[in-house]
Amino acid sequence: MDADRAALSRPAVNAPPRSLRIALAAVPVAFLALFYVWPLTTLLGRFLNVDAVVDALNRPGLARTAWFTLWQALVSTALTLALGLAPAFLLGRWEFRGRRVLRALVTVPFLLPTVVVGAAFVSLLPDALVGTPTAVIAAHVFFNIAVVVRVVGALWERLPPDLDAAARTLGAPPVQVWRQVTLPLLRPALVSSSIVVFLFTFTSFGAVQILGGSEHPTIEVEVARRALQLGDVSGSAVLAVLQLVVLGAVIAIAARLQRRARVPLARDVAPRRRPVTRRQRLALAGGTLLTAAVVAAPLVALALSSFRIGGHWTFAAWTDLGETEIRPGLGLGVDAAGSILRSLRAAALATAASVVVGALASSAIAVARQHGRLLDIGLMLPLATSGVTIGLGMLITFDRAPVDWRGEPWLVALGHALVAAPFVVRTILPVLTARPAEWLDAAATLGATPSRAWWEIDVARLRRPLVVAAAFAAAISLGEFGATTLLSRSGRETVPVAIARLLGRAGDIPRAQAFVLATMLAVVTTALILVVDSFDRESGGEHASA
Amino acid sequence: MPLPETTVDAPALEADTVTVSFGPRLVLDAVSMSVAPQEIVALRGPSGSGKTTLLRVIAGLVAVDSGSVRVAGIDVTAEPTHRRRIGMVFQDNQLFPHRDVAANVAFGLKMQGVGKRLRAQRVEEMLELVGLRGFQSRSVTTLSGGEAKRVALARSLAPAPAAVLLDEPLTGLDRELHDQLAADLAAVLRSHRVSTLLVTHDAAEAAAIADRSVLLPSLGRAAAADACEDPPR
Repeated sequence: MDADRAALSRPAVNAPPRSLRIALAAVPVAFLALFYVWPLTTLLGRFLNVDAVVDALNRPGLARTAWFTLWQALVSTALTLALGLAPAFLLGRWEFRGRRVLRALVTVPFLLPTVVVGAAFVSLLPDALVGTPTAVIAAHVFFNIAVVVRVVGALWERLPPDLDAAARTLGAPPVQVWRQVTLPLLRPALVSSSIVVFLFTFTSFGAVQILGGSEHPTIEVEVARRALQLGDVSGSAVLAVLQLVVLGAVIAIAARLQRRARVPLARDVAPRRRPVTRRQRLALAGGTLLTAAVVAAPLVALALSSFRIGGHWTFAAWTDLGETEIRPGLGLGVDAAGSILRSLRAAALATAASVVVGALASSAIAVARQHGRLLDIGLMLPLATSGVTIGLGMLITFDRAPVDWRGEPWLVALGHALVAAPFVVRTILPVLTARPAEWLDAAATLGATPSRAWWEIDVARLRRPLVVAAAFAAAISLGEFGATTLLSRSGRETVPVAIARLLGRAGDIPRAQAFVLATMLAVVTTALILVVDSFDRESGGEHASA
Repeated sequence: MPLPETTVDAPALEADTVTVSFGPRLVLDAVSMSVAPQEIVALRGPSGSGKTTLLRVIAGLVAVDSGSVRVAGIDVTAEPTHRRRIGMVFQDNQLFPHRDVAANVAFGLKMQGVGKRLRAQRVEEMLELVGLRGFQSRSVTTLSGGEAKRVALARSLAPAPAAVLLDEPLTGLDRELHDQLAADLAAVLRSHRVSTLLVTHDAAEAAAIADRSVLLPSLGRAAAADACEDPPR
């Protein structure tokens, strides 16, 4: 890797001029400056003064909101960690039929839009639980369990099983093997997955908005509520900044913890065990079925609920999706069918924008070392900023001529692109940096002009990652809820916003329509994930044979 | 330090008609063998003959289909690994990467509840024995192949096991280091008077370290020379 980087930074005679590729960075830099840096600094500059802070902090209920936010995040994280260990062990240590399927299945909830998860739990849980912290925490555990399973499982896979055996031959009973050997060795993964889960649950919006009810707002929900319902933009801005500060602190502590927790281990995967005894086979089958059932239950409940209105099985919610009236004259207030079209349009634009921005940025980052890193980090920032904060910044910045873009549908799409661009970079950049400069030289000796060599080698190799990046970006745009909530006007909802609004309405028909939309969104998102996964697998095979 | 309670005259290790199969594949077919107190026995055989499996059966890491294992005259077939008082040096050492050399060597003592001072003393003795004086606070990931092997040996001997099992202890080392370590290993095991079962495929190595060699396929009922790889774990 380092050697590759060195080879890349060597003045390559046969590569397209460096200056050109760095100039290409102008597009992503301008994009980031206009749609992220400017709105965020406006948010800080216009509303962050002593009066506003004192005023916002003195509002009743703030302490309760802050405490609930922290409390639910801690409980969600602890439970996710506890429940994720068993499937992590299953997938990291054992080889069995259906292992791949189970791994994919466990990952699905994490990639689903939060609104879909929220709707799924509304359909699954008894009505008495909806609107309680229990519902919020259940949804958070379901959503984030993949983080623990994937991160801890990946480390578990690398622990040689004979390390346990060695401890046992030294007289360690099972509990001691776990405490003295396995647990300390898993600690880095436990630490990093808890931090990720904590950050997600601390800023969680969609699930809390839908499942927490008005009784239990988190800071993120309160930011949106103050801006949209109370018109208290300055109070909202102060809270958003407060949240940013907390997040920054957690990330800083996290970086420290992770540095300390690092344990040197071989990179290769230890051989996974196959079940030998009957008991092992039964335990594995039981664990697999239980995990699969827990993951599938909310999604199955969601799909089934879309066929039920008032206790009867019916296709009505699906066939009448275009109807915006419950009865003649009584409007639903939400255009469910129209939201699909708007979401698709936004996704198309967001995908195009993020792929262009991400590809140009990657190309520049690959050649410009230090400044490239800066751009890389800059593009990651929107990920560390909550969606609601991004939306709020845009809402207050683009509100006057010549940039009065609040009502423009494309502004929503660009907000999505902001969030999707770092994923595009992460997909494309590794492919670019892993290409030795010698390949271009080799192409040149075979008679290719520099631009032809670039086309035949770099661009050709990027076709696959570009498809993956586009699928990623589309999935993110289709599910984005935080920024969209702030930016979309009534009657112009995207699918996730429509789902949330329909679930907020009383009555069986709007609910059923919300379930229809959520089911569609779940299916489309899963399909996009499958595209990403199948391409990843193919390229994995290519690496293996190379 | 509790001394191993040995029944007088009982072999240190005994495998009695041990049979193990992995699925349809018969790996050990009624294998019997024993190691006398303070004896060093080399277990030889082609790859796939089940040498490592037999070692793991004795350590309690692989369950038998039938037959029994005795340590110092006591039947341990139903005992879990940690109660068998068997030390083992694994093929790739399996030092705990999150512990330094001293903590690795002291691990077994800690499991026995030995106090800190005694542990430190014993660690010093053991490191001295294997020629790694002063290595206590080294990280195990910075050790050379030979050093790591010595630490693994010291770790297995520290809790004073009834017997030690060495799984191909010198495989993968370069020639010069191999010969040096073979001589040192023999010296340590003899000076320590520890009963040893050593797996190797190298006749010269067996001759250099062990009192006697036994050939695996001839130990069982059917001399099944199954030329497959080592069985899956």
